[in-house]
Amino acid sequence: MSFIDRTARSFLLVELLSGLALTFKYMFKPKVTLNYPYEKGPLSPRFRGEHALRRYPNGEERCIACKLCEAICPAQAITIEVEPRLDGSRRTTRYDIDMTKCIYCGFCEEACPVDAIVEGPNFEFATENREELLYDKDKLLENGERWEAELAARLEADAPYR
Amino acid sequence: MPKLTVDGIEVEVEAGATVLQACEEAGKEIPRFCYHERLSIAGNCRMCLVEMERAPKPVASCAMPAADGMVIKTDSDLVKKARNGVMEFLLINHPLDCPICDQGGECDLQDQAMAYGFDASRYAEKKRAVKDKELGPIVKTIMTRCIHCTRCVRFSEEVAGVGTMGAVYRGEDTEVGPYIEASINSEMSGNLVDLCPVGALTSKPYAFTARPWELKKTDSVDVMDAVGSNIRVDARGSEVLRVLPRLNEDINEEWISDKTRYAIDGLKRQRLDRPYVRVNGKLAPASWDEAFAAIKEKVSGLDGKKIAAIAGDTVDCESMTALKDLMGKLGSANIDCRQDGAKIGGPRSSYIFNTTIAGIEEADACLVVGANVRAEAPIINSRLRKRWRMTAGDFRLGVIGENWDPTFKHDYLGAGPETLSDILEGKNDFAKVLESAAKPMIIVGMGALNREDGEAVLATAREIADKYGLVSGEWNGFNVLHTAAARVGGLDLGFVPGEGGLATNDILDGAAKGDVEVVYLLGADELDMAKLKNAFVIYQGCLGDAGAQVADVILPGAAYTEKNGTYVNTEGRVQYGWRAVFPVGDAREDWKIIRALSAGLGLTLPYDNIDSVRARMVEINDVFGSINVTRKAAWAEFGKAGVMKSEGFASPVRNFYMTDPISRASVTMAKCTEAFVKDAAAGKVA
Repeated sequence: MSFIDRTARSFLLVELLSGLALTFKYMFKPKVTLNYPYEKGPLSPRFRGEHALRRYPNGEERCIACKLCEAICPAQAITIEVEPRLDGSRRTTRYDIDMTKCIYCGFCEEACPVDAIVEGPNFEFATENREELLYDKDKLLENGERWEAELAARLEADAPYR
Repeated sequence: MPKLTVDGIEVEVEAGATVLQACEEAGKEIPRFCYHERLSIAGNCRMCLVEMERAPKPVASCAMPAADGMVIKTDSDLVKKARNGVMEFLLINHPLDCPICDQGGECDLQDQAMAYGFDASRYAEKKRAVKDKELGPIVKTIMTRCIHCTRCVRFSEEVAGVGTMGAVYRGEDTEVGPYIEASINSEMSGNLVDLCPVGALTSKPYAFTARPWELKKTDSVDVMDAVGSNIRVDARGSEVLRVLPRLNEDINEEWISDKTRYAIDGLKRQRLDRPYVRVNGKLAPASWDEAFAAIKEKVSGLDGKKIAAIAGDTVDCESMTALKDLMGKLGSANIDCRQDGAKIGGPRSSYIFNTTIAGIEEADACLVVGANVRAEAPIINSRLRKRWRMTAGDFRLGVIGENWDPTFKHDYLGAGPETLSDILEGKNDFAKVLESAAKPMIIVGMGALNREDGEAVLATAREIADKYGLVSGEWNGFNVLHTAAARVGGLDLGFVPGEGGLATNDILDGAAKGDVEVVYLLGADELDMAKLKNAFVIYQGCLGDAGAQVADVILPGAAYTEKNGTYVNTEGRVQYGWRAVFPVGDAREDWKIIRALSAGLGLTLPYDNIDSVRARMVEINDVFGSINVTRKAAWAEFGKAGVMKSEGFASPVRNFYMTDPISRASVTMAKCTEAFVKDAAAGKVA
């Protein structure tokens, strides 16, 4: 009996048809893939993307050159040099991040006592050559200015859980 | 000897010891801020509270004398609660600015707050803010951070002897600082930075420069004076960033002078980083081979009598050994390590500090002849002061020469040799002091020995030593105080004119007359360079100072932080310094340069590594075989009786902050000179 059943099924192409039915069913369902780069998925406020150095609303840079990010960086990607500024405050003269070394662990952001160095939502910073990935202080501050609205919103969203 | 129990461990301590010391004896760690071994006991931070049986409340262990039968607990709940509470009180007014504080990472308050404190503060009221004080070019103040331990007050009062610091107002309004707006005019003020357990007093030249965890620490020896203070050189990458003292009870305890600590920024400027050869009257950069070729062209075929070498004040013994051997191969006996022309170099007991620095603590009278100890060796002056304090003022210090201020009561006896003769003949009252003292000592400085009548002065000093029993049995109270770190090493190596050789002044005169054609200056800059104009001068050193100006060939050497070297301090103690960073540019370790030059001249010296150079040093003088110890030198005949001139002794150190090429190139030392040396032209240390 089972022999007849099996033979009938194979001659009637039941498996093929059920497979095709599934395919046709999904043809009319909403699509789950994104049309990147025209469409983008949602990002967590904790997403760790490209770094940025932030400023206070009055324009003063936040970084106070405490060197904690440099100390905690497991990839040793951060290099900082410090000198007293003319007004006597403690400021960096050099703040470099080697993005090719960085492992995007977010420890620098965790260590920062003044929320100066942050990892922003931007993950689209591919460059044409390697040198462009050696970020200096100007580049990081520029990132901060460009992303500030989003950075502030992310920090605020995450604040209750810290 | 009281016996007490600490956490069940029975310990026996010396009479007069404190409970804190007893706890340490038992291996228990007691947190503290105000207590410091070398300062008097204040007992005001309350961090060292321990529980004592039959006492109604916790006791401050640093101020409680240990007594027989005490039962101490250091980790009971009561003690933990007490420490917690004290820490919370200390942190009430301490700002939360660790990230911008230079003490961060090496802060006692930070460490102890982690170990003994709460994790949160219950204090919601306003914090105190205190105006910063201006303490001069060395110490930076952020007085809001001060926890009023008063270590700085006690240090400046007791060790530095300037007494400018104090605490004013009461309670929460207490402020520590100078009573009047004034810099700390002390050559030991840098130690305040080390003493401060928080970031209230930090180093101004080092402000915001680096964090302690980034620094590579190298143990070394200081060469700024002849004391040979033990130091730790902190470097990052290729840069020396700071110098800190290293504990050595026999030499510097845990202090160092400001010059030792801050002159290193002189190593960043005016460095000789490549060889130079003078072409058509101008120094032009050259390669090592070209420099050696220029020397070979001049030296080959030249009579050894026409060649001379002078070693400077900060060179290491290895390079002097190599140069001595090279000059021997060139057939020259014209070598000298005494660029000030001091008349010393007889038996070893005639040129070392026989009493030893720690030995000062046994002396009960001291005669200083022609030395400004405070400017020439502040560490030795602080020992003298320590002895004076130990004896509650009974220690007598007599001064002949300039009337300098040793920071404690002293007897000024006179300006020159006349007074010295008076003491010998017993005409001066101080003779009685020396006679009645059980352990008298004399310190003869370079100011008395670098004169033409230096040998006569030395002979007179020796006669005084013999007459008043300065040398008897184990006690040797005859001391020579050097000003140059290389001097004793040079004398031990016999870097002095050989048979028929010329001494420094004769070399200079000979060079002016044309009798000496080639002069090799090994880091020697304190000479009358005008006399060397006609000679062919080879300068080997690390900084472009006076010597490099007149040089025809410059060989770039390494500074003391850039080479492994042997130094002998004024006590005759042989010490090794270690390389902290590599020499700049093309510069090389000094003995290697001389070794390479010897090969270039075809007179190859028989050593290829530093161990064989050191073996050669032991061969010359076996004191180089015993490291870090002093050897008793046999009392022998020295000095040549003669007529002493009437003029007064003058210390060779006119400005404490600038005595050698490194400190002259230092920005910090220039600032100190401006701030503290009132009459820089006359060079009087204020």
